Amino acid sequence: MSEVLDRPTTEKAATVPLVRMRDVAVRFVTRDRTVHAVNGVDVDLASGEVLCILGESGSGKSVTMRALMRLLPKFAKVSGRIEVAGRDVVAMDEGTLQDFRGSDVAMIFQEPMTALDPVFTIGQQIAETVRRHEGLSRSAADARALELLELVQIPSAKRRLAAYPHELSGGLRQRAMIAVALACRPKLLLADEPTTALDATVQIQVLLLLRRLQEQLGMGVIFVTHDLGVAGEIADRVAVMYAGKVVEEGPVQAMLRGPLHPYPRGLLGATVQPGMRGKRLTTIPGAPPSLDAAPTTCPFAPRCPEVEPACTVELGPRPRRPVPGRMARCVHVAGG
Amino acid sequence: MSIAQSAAMDRGGPAQPLLLVQDLQKHFPIRGGLFGATVATVRAVDGVSFSVLKGETLGIVGESGCGKSTTARLVMRLMAPDAGSLIFDGEGVGQNAQTGGLPLKEYRRQVQMVFQDSYASLNPRLPIEDSIAFAPKVHGVRDSEARGRARELLAAVGLAPATFARRYPHELSGGQRQRVNIARALALQPRLVLLDEPVSALDKSVEAQVLNLLVDLKEKFGLTYIFISHDLNVVQYISDRVMVMYLGEVAEMGPVDAIYDRPAHPYTQALLASRPAMDPGKRREEPPLTGDPPNPINPPSGCRFRTRCPHAEPVCAERKPAAAALGGGHLAACHMALPGSGHSQAGRLAA
Repeated sequence: MSEVLDRPTTEKAATVPLVRMRDVAVRFVTRDRTVHAVNGVDVDLASGEVLCILGESGSGKSVTMRALMRLLPKFAKVSGRIEVAGRDVVAMDEGTLQDFRGSDVAMIFQEPMTALDPVFTIGQQIAETVRRHEGLSRSAADARALELLELVQIPSAKRRLAAYPHELSGGLRQRAMIAVALACRPKLLLADEPTTALDATVQIQVLLLLRRLQEQLGMGVIFVTHDLGVAGEIADRVAVMYAGKVVEEGPVQAMLRGPLHPYPRGLLGATVQPGMRGKRLTTIPGAPPSLDAAPTTCPFAPRCPEVEPACTVELGPRPRRPVPGRMARCVHVAGG
Repeated sequence: MSIAQSAAMDRGGPAQPLLLVQDLQKHFPIRGGLFGATVATVRAVDGVSFSVLKGETLGIVGESGCGKSTTARLVMRLMAPDAGSLIFDGEGVGQNAQTGGLPLKEYRRQVQMVFQDSYASLNPRLPIEDSIAFAPKVHGVRDSEARGRARELLAAVGLAPATFARRYPHELSGGQRQRVNIARALALQPRLVLLDEPVSALDKSVEAQVLNLLVDLKEKFGLTYIFISHDLNVVQYISDRVMVMYLGEVAEMGPVDAIYDRPAHPYTQALLASRPAMDPGKRREEPPLTGDPPNPINPPSGCRFRTRCPHAEPVCAERKPAAAALGGGHLAACHMALPGSGHSQAGRLAA
């Protein structure tokens, strides 16, 4: 998209960004129907930065992330440019991809029980990853596995190396999965709702751990979540997705204080927070659009309280940048 | 369906709690070994007592494995408790009518439940209108009347009957299905509705719609709710009183403001402190608690929270703390809240 190219060059953009996605679209094509899950997404991530992609179910946030790692099934048609650390992900062949996944980019998931292999111990799974990618000896790989379990703060790490995934509690399993993901010191960590299935007291532990590891290892992190509170705890920047588009993007503090776009504003108003007792919750009427056709004008217009005729005319709508570092796709937002 | 009607059913008067739960207990044996002997016991619910007043919303919070869903199933009598009693508006549940009791069928007509999984709790082969009309027909309402009531209820939960009545569950979104479940729960004109994580599977914008609906319906039909959730903000929003559970026991109970503003139990304090800040300027540096909740198989002796408690002392391992009254119906099962318990900080919290 042309508007991306004339974005003012910031300090971070001067060097090669860790992630650069341009006009990425994903269609799922089956015999019965085509679903336009992602419709022109631009993502930039500097190394050492944490970006939260925030959105409700069906907004395309997980699909965007899987496209970044080329984890989508064959019937998904991906277009656009995807670069990680200057390398073109779309052009990679299967062999290159296998080296790329795990060593440059690693991913953690919501449900560790399905991401870990049930018939191997935690230690074996970490050691296997390290030997595959870095060609370490068995003993060196075992030593790395122990180091990693200590890094993710698993108590009595030595004993836990011999544990199978089912022998661990939910929180420890999630830590073990993080250890596997970090085994080869990836530059980029993709996290797909990694704390959603955890209890409140465990969720905060895992969030703080991820934040500490990110600072320690200097990783870039893209963190997908539907929870504004989680974004508030971990993000540097937030991108809000709706109907396969990023409708607003900006620094986390500004986004949580005063979103520019009516959709994140509605989302913030609909999130139950302390001190709202007895007040009526603001809701967003209606439901997200069907993605059988890619939206051409503003996809939020049918539900928007501030809709006006211009909303159904302007294509895109094109991104506005009222202040540096903030972007919103809404005709009401001033700025070029 | 009117408030006058539900008042007519009110036998015990306004001061009589709608539901009194006493010493409810449910243990699940784990069998193993050669002869299938019991090798361990899951103490899912272990001596839980509480009351639900007429017209209030009691929120139950706790982490997974704390027994909140088992409590709901026991209250609904979807499973029989090992011990303990339920008294519904002054009448013992499950006893026969001659001895002043309430037969189970009649009790279940007055107490209904909404589950978390909106899809699994509807029959996929019945149009939603028939799902809603099913229970009234079982209870002897004529077919045409039951359908008419189903349509009224669909309208009451915000689904236009003309559009939705003949649809099947798979044709609806998650939020719409949860509205159908709520309509079905109301079809028997219950007095108590058990809501077990009713909004946990929904997106935030839909969650707000359903919470608003629940507030409206409560007022319109004069309902009483038991609202179970792991989401502390949602429980604070909807509840009048809150019960905090930990490993099958009640840790703390009281009016919503007392629990959220002056939590006395260290577990409640940690749980509240674990909520994400919503403000990047106030990020936490250390987690309030370490470790996961222990397994409810063979829970710790004495106070079950002592293994994660920052204030644990020898007395906590020796004796189970009794519930200390902190005034205004605020109870905390902690030695620190109970003067003379032997804990070095005992009575510090007493009002």
